[in-house]
Amino acid sequence: MSSTTEYEAVIGLETHVQLRTRSKMWCGCANEFGAPPNTNVCPVCLGLPGVLPVANEEALRLTVLAGLLLNCEIPARARFDRKNYFYPDMPKNYQITQYDQPSAVRGWVDFEFEGAIQRVRITRAHLEEDVGKSMHFAQTSGVDFNRAGVPLLEIVSEPDITSADMAYAYLNALKDILVFGGISDCDMEKGMVRCDVNVSVRPRGTSQLGAKIEIKNMNSFSGVRRALEYEIQRQVSVLKSGGQLVQSTRRWDDQTGVTEEMRTKEYAHDYRYFPDPDLMAFVPSEQWVNDVRKCVVELPLARKQRFMRDYKLPAGDAQVFVDDVPLGDYFELVARHTPNPKGAANWVINNMRALMVQTGKALKDIRFKPEAIGELVALVDQGKISSKSAQEVFAEMFLTGESPSAIVDRKGLVQVSDTAAVEAFCDQAIAANPGPVADFKAGKAAALNFLKGQVMKLSRGRANPALVGEILEKKLKG
Amino acid sequence: MLDQLTVTGLSSLLARGETSSREITQTFLQRIEQIEPLIHAFISWDAADALRQADHADKLRATGASQADKPLLGIPIALKDIIAVRGHPLTCGSRILANFVSPYDSTVAEKLKTAGAVLFGRLNLDEFAMGSSTENSAFGPTRNPWALDRVPGGSSGGAAAAVAAGECPAALGSDTGGSIRQPAAFCGVVGLKPTYGRVSRYGLVAYASSLDQIGPITATVTDAALLLEVISGYDPRDSTSVQEPVPRYLDALREDVKGIRIGLPREYMTGILHPEVRKAIVNAMTVLEQLGAHLVEVSLPHTEYAIATYYLIAPAEASSNLARYDGVRYGLRVDGPDPVAMYSATRGAGFGPEVKRRIMLGTYALSSGYYEAYYLRAQKVRTLIRQDFLRAFELVDAMLTPVSPTPPFMLGEKSGNPLDMYLSDIFTLSCNLAGICGISVPCGFTTAPRLPIGIQFLGRPFGEETILRIAYAYEQATSWHKERPIVPCVGPDISQPGIPGTKLA
Repeated sequence: MSSTTEYEAVIGLETHVQLRTRSKMWCGCANEFGAPPNTNVCPVCLGLPGVLPVANEEALRLTVLAGLLLNCEIPARARFDRKNYFYPDMPKNYQITQYDQPSAVRGWVDFEFEGAIQRVRITRAHLEEDVGKSMHFAQTSGVDFNRAGVPLLEIVSEPDITSADMAYAYLNALKDILVFGGISDCDMEKGMVRCDVNVSVRPRGTSQLGAKIEIKNMNSFSGVRRALEYEIQRQVSVLKSGGQLVQSTRRWDDQTGVTEEMRTKEYAHDYRYFPDPDLMAFVPSEQWVNDVRKCVVELPLARKQRFMRDYKLPAGDAQVFVDDVPLGDYFELVARHTPNPKGAANWVINNMRALMVQTGKALKDIRFKPEAIGELVALVDQGKISSKSAQEVFAEMFLTGESPSAIVDRKGLVQVSDTAAVEAFCDQAIAANPGPVADFKAGKAAALNFLKGQVMKLSRGRANPALVGEILEKKLKG
Repeated sequence: MLDQLTVTGLSSLLARGETSSREITQTFLQRIEQIEPLIHAFISWDAADALRQADHADKLRATGASQADKPLLGIPIALKDIIAVRGHPLTCGSRILANFVSPYDSTVAEKLKTAGAVLFGRLNLDEFAMGSSTENSAFGPTRNPWALDRVPGGSSGGAAAAVAAGECPAALGSDTGGSIRQPAAFCGVVGLKPTYGRVSRYGLVAYASSLDQIGPITATVTDAALLLEVISGYDPRDSTSVQEPVPRYLDALREDVKGIRIGLPREYMTGILHPEVRKAIVNAMTVLEQLGAHLVEVSLPHTEYAIATYYLIAPAEASSNLARYDGVRYGLRVDGPDPVAMYSATRGAGFGPEVKRRIMLGTYALSSGYYEAYYLRAQKVRTLIRQDFLRAFELVDAMLTPVSPTPPFMLGEKSGNPLDMYLSDIFTLSCNLAGICGISVPCGFTTAPRLPIGIQFLGRPFGEETILRIAYAYEQATSWHKERPIVPCVGPDISQPGIPGTKLA
């Protein structure tokens, strides 16, 4: 990568995500993946003569919500335009999109990258319709229009990204936000996220932009990363060998791992945008926008930072509660009842989650109250029970829902920290195991652990382990 | 003579049990058989289907249905072949959709069906409603029933000719720049272009979406009011339809126009007006004054830009609206080695010259680098034209204008000169650009030959009641609407001029 140290990349991304709506953008057909070809279609999404589009309000709502999650301004007025070009997968041969009056503008995404928080500015987020899917057979081609008219959100970033890895991190952060906000399921396998990339390179430290090259046809985030890695190298080698780059569009071939030129600037489409006369401008009321604003959720990064700050959790634990939001929400209920949230987090993550997986239970099936975990943590922290007993208590409370103290009382698990009682157990153990005692005295330190185990066994696990060690050593050495 | 009766007249006969829907429908079908070879108002009709609907209407009546809940029960209504009816052809007068059958109903078709109408026949038109003479139909021109060597106007020429010739009691047309009012004037019948948003466009194949509007073509003002009431109203399937209550338009009809202020746009009484048209309009003014209306001169200063504005906006929208006819999913396909070649071959063979001309005009007007100078500028002028009207309507309740500068012209007279044809729409275009309503009513005839002349009343947005009232008062005070053309009857076996209508099964 030595060549890239003299050059830097300037990258902007256009990310398309399918919105999670029940019906399509302009008609009542189901927005559903995987149905047999051309079964979710009607005169409107097939573009039959005489039909008209009617905007799906839920799609407009999700678009504005996405805009708010991306810290965008929501303009008072948005409009739909027609983007005119011929393609067999496009029923009307124009795509309805928001051209110069999008639903969201000027936002940003913050995300963790290489140990720091990075910010990529969002130029705009606008609503448009998806097209059908072309299929090529031996002799013929076909088009499946199930996808035609599915609401699609296009998120355009500023060229703030400087490497393939950073693009990858940005895309993952964006995806997390959209999944978090319920905007899209972002299922890559189902083609719910697609991405176009604009990339140019320039000598490091200069400010003039190089020729912008657009890459299309990446169908995964790792594909985007690979395409960028390839393309940045390619552009740098061209420049280094004295060549020139021209503004153009290239196609990524995932099989061979290279980009190929599709068209240069002079063959660029003239899309003849104009306002769609079939649709009225969208002018949401203040009340409407405020109602959407109420659905703005905490973003993954903010949540992670808050969990680390407020509960003093390590990054790994906080991440678990970002990745599994309901579990994190449950943890917050627990954390309110304990001075030791980290201890509580261990129980939630290591014990409760494991048992839930084992028994196939969900959070709603949990029989004990969240504060019970706080109680258990306190019992351990106050030395009332040993951590070994605590495991037994947790298993019991998971099974029955009984409170930890009740279980401890019922089973007599209160830790024995009374020196006289512990000494009695130690004496018993020493008397019963002359062999190990001799070993220890002969210098085999490991024998002490065996004797400790015997004491714990005699006390049915209740003896305070620290005290046991202390007393045994004293007796054997003394 | 059932075929000489109006919708209202037929309805009272039906209500009194003096005839049946089957008998009425049969009569019109017979009339069509007799004179279609001369007029060619229809592209197609399905007699068996029409009679089935008529029998159904008769059955409903026998079980208690009546005009009260179904105002068009048993009345045959024909539709311009650009309005979708499920199971009926939808050719738009174009080769590219010559074999297309609509799988769905337009909203107006649904409303007519609910009102009990018998939907029969597909009326001829200029291809995709682009034209003023019906000569641009891929299925051959329609002839004016008053003079078979003359055009019926357009683009709803088939609808106006059919009503004038007694082939159907009423019809629906569409009006983008005068396509209902001008043929109505040329054929001596009534044509109403409602306010933009008054009638749902769902199922009206789009020519210029921001200008198109469906409206009735009828023999009388009363029938126009009746049909308008049936087809009007907000439609959740058309975002541009307006949530404005539908008045009882029949109740608006009164013979009295005392105190109504009618504007005379100064810019409209220009030198291009044919002397006999001018005379008829001036006579009509006198009639209205005698009826008590106040005539006031008003000004619409941006009138001179209307044609240029229209011929930028309408083709721009058309170029996009007609992009879907590509041979991929339906309609004509002419194969080619790749999709682009297939598009070119299909559209080259499927569209006629006027449609191609407008697609090219519109594509040019929207092109990058020209958009601001043409389309955007035209939209701004359009706003000024609308403001002209709204300002004038602060002074007057309605306006009176000619419909067309000339009486019906000869077939072929203007078809070689598109610009001349475009200019003949001068008095009707502004109404669409402004989004207001207008009605055309017969107001006289030229002397030799005897050709109908129409007068236009323009109203405020949603001011249909006012223009219907004026039109009705004028109609009742005159007898022009009572005259019908005499069409020589021919047997179906006589050699037919032009391309005959395709008779289906």
